[in-house]
Amino acid sequence: MDHAHPAPVGHGRLVGRLVLVVAAAFAFGFALVPLYNVLCEATGFNGKTGDKKVIRDGIGVGGLAAASRAPSRIDATRTVTVEFTGTVMPGLPWDMRPLTVSLDLHPGELQQVKYLVRNTSERTIVGQAVPSVTPGQAAQHFEKLDCFCFAQQTFAPGESRELPLTFIVKPELAKDIRNITLSYAFFSVDKPSPTPTTPRESR
Amino acid sequence: MSVATTHPGEHHEHHPSGILRWLTTTNHKDIGTMYLTFALIMFFVGGIMILAVRAELFQPGLQLMQPEFFNQLIGVHALVMIFAALMPAATGFANWMLPLMIGAPDMALPRLNNWGFWLLPPAAILLTLPFTLALFGIGDGAIATGWTFYAPLSVQGGIGVDFAIFAVHILGVSSIMGSINIIVTIFNLRAPGMTMMKLPLFAWGWLITAFLLIATIPVLAGAVTMLLTDRHFGTHFFNAAGGGDPILFQHLFWFFGHPEVYILLLPVWGLMPHVLSTFSRKPTYGYTAQVYSFIAIGVLSVIVWAHHFFTVGMPVPALIYFMFSTMSISLPLAVLFFCWIATMWRGAMSFETPMLFALGFIVLFGMAGLTGLVLADVAADAQYHHSYFVVAHFHYALFAGGIMGVMTGVYYWLPKWTGHMYSETLGKWHFWLTVVSFNLTFMPQFFLGLAGMPRRIPDYALQFAEFNAISTVGAFILGFSQLLFAYNIWRCVKGGEKAKDQVWESAEGLEWQLPSPPPYHSWETQPEIK
Repeated sequence: MDHAHPAPVGHGRLVGRLVLVVAAAFAFGFALVPLYNVLCEATGFNGKTGDKKVIRDGIGVGGLAAASRAPSRIDATRTVTVEFTGTVMPGLPWDMRPLTVSLDLHPGELQQVKYLVRNTSERTIVGQAVPSVTPGQAAQHFEKLDCFCFAQQTFAPGESRELPLTFIVKPELAKDIRNITLSYAFFSVDKPSPTPTTPRESR
Repeated sequence: MSVATTHPGEHHEHHPSGILRWLTTTNHKDIGTMYLTFALIMFFVGGIMILAVRAELFQPGLQLMQPEFFNQLIGVHALVMIFAALMPAATGFANWMLPLMIGAPDMALPRLNNWGFWLLPPAAILLTLPFTLALFGIGDGAIATGWTFYAPLSVQGGIGVDFAIFAVHILGVSSIMGSINIIVTIFNLRAPGMTMMKLPLFAWGWLITAFLLIATIPVLAGAVTMLLTDRHFGTHFFNAAGGGDPILFQHLFWFFGHPEVYILLLPVWGLMPHVLSTFSRKPTYGYTAQVYSFIAIGVLSVIVWAHHFFTVGMPVPALIYFMFSTMSISLPLAVLFFCWIATMWRGAMSFETPMLFALGFIVLFGMAGLTGLVLADVAADAQYHHSYFVVAHFHYALFAGGIMGVMTGVYYWLPKWTGHMYSETLGKWHFWLTVVSFNLTFMPQFFLGLAGMPRRIPDYALQFAEFNAISTVGAFILGFSQLLFAYNIWRCVKGGEKAKDQVWESAEGLEWQLPSPPPYHSWETQPEIK
């Protein structure tokens, strides 16, 4: 009965199962993308700043309600140094520098800093800043109440503008973190964005 | 099942002749031969690329090529060696030997087998075509990101990246087909009486490899597909400007990439006990322990991937998890090493070429394992990451572990395949030249890495000049000694002393009960295992 080519009878079911494994593994690869994002937001892993907890905490958008915070939430017993930096990615003819390079603050204090951005080209350009916080553990306690990175920025030829950022470092920040670096990567948005960044992504 | 049924002497060798035979064959021996030949050719193709790289690195400064071309050479070298040389060589072994070793008449899915092989040459052409296209002014050459396709560089790269993505897709489909075939063959076509725990260790090694392949290659396929859509279809999986994350790519890639190391090595680990037992004239020590080690390594290999990018910035708990899980792989691996040594212990050893390669494998692969432990240490890795230390480490693993392991198998089984003995003198010359020049090439790279020389850079600081010069000399000797290997195989195929069926006096297993060379169709009546 067994010939040179064994009859494929009986192989079908096993092959079917193995193909299912392959399909599941392929799907798993794509499932890793949302899984990874969820993990990053939950842990601050990789410097992704947290989700929209601002409103849930009862602090108004734009920092308006921040003044009404109980002062006791400011942890005056320690000082954290926040440093500001940024990179202009290739393809974006902008000059960029933080007007405040470094800032000592108490966790819980509302602070505002500005970045000076100038369009060095002869055309109107739309750009988008993407933030990243180091160390990653600090990211989830770094709350941006208002940030130029929430929206795309349009600059006329040669236009120069100060872009504000209002933020709080939450008192829940781990005690052993004394330095935080906030870095922006400025990207060019060639066309009025075909895939607008979602609020989650821009934070 | 079919033990008693015999066929009235019909012969099945009615295959077409010439090129059509090879294009249409569904015979496991023909396909095995094609896989092995393809692997040997691509081994030289990948080797020529890296010799050009080593020539450039002979002296500091840029002499022979521009950095862009240098970058293309190192990336394509790795892709060719991994996907087009080592993996096909292992699949060739599986095709040739699995049916012989488990008493099966052929692979379970012969047509799929033919397909699996014939996808390889187009993939190899796709991978290397951009080099040629660049000569005619089309595009800017092959993929220049290194074999890891790291985003965002690969998102920005030229058409070489697209060619490599498609090549990887095709190579992936091919190896998934091969793996499904191997699993089905092992599960369904074992000789009656051959329980899973009587399976030859080579089959066990390949079985784990096959499962790793079908579980991880699709993830790589997904990752490079995302890369492709990022490049051309406006998605932002890895593009930070659109809210994506380049580091996500590293996770996806190494989720495949780390098991890939074991995919390359498990078939070799499966083969080693056979060779060691034969030339020590003792039964394999610790069969069960080795089987469970294979399984343990297979499972562990998919949960340790992030040790390839410790320096990317991870929370400390994650670093610690990946460090300890990585180090824990050394436990089952140590079990394998002790089993290999115990197999030889007080054996009546003789040192034919396959045994020499096996011993060289154990010593040099042991060094790969020990230096790997150093790299797995998060604190130490911060210094060694992306240095030549890493390059030396994985060449001890993949050349000494992978390729010398494959050479062990070739010398061991060549007389069975061809029916002729190879030249033992040439074989010994090949071994000693290989092992000495291999160390000459890669030992200095450990020191270079410790001293801080980064990998993948065509130029270096003056203090690295001596070690680089030594390494280049070693690489050229290593490269040219492989011509001996090719010549020895060629001679053996053409003729030579007739090999006995048994070939090696104390070799055990079903494959040695067949004539050398085995008939075109073997085990038409399955043997019964007691």
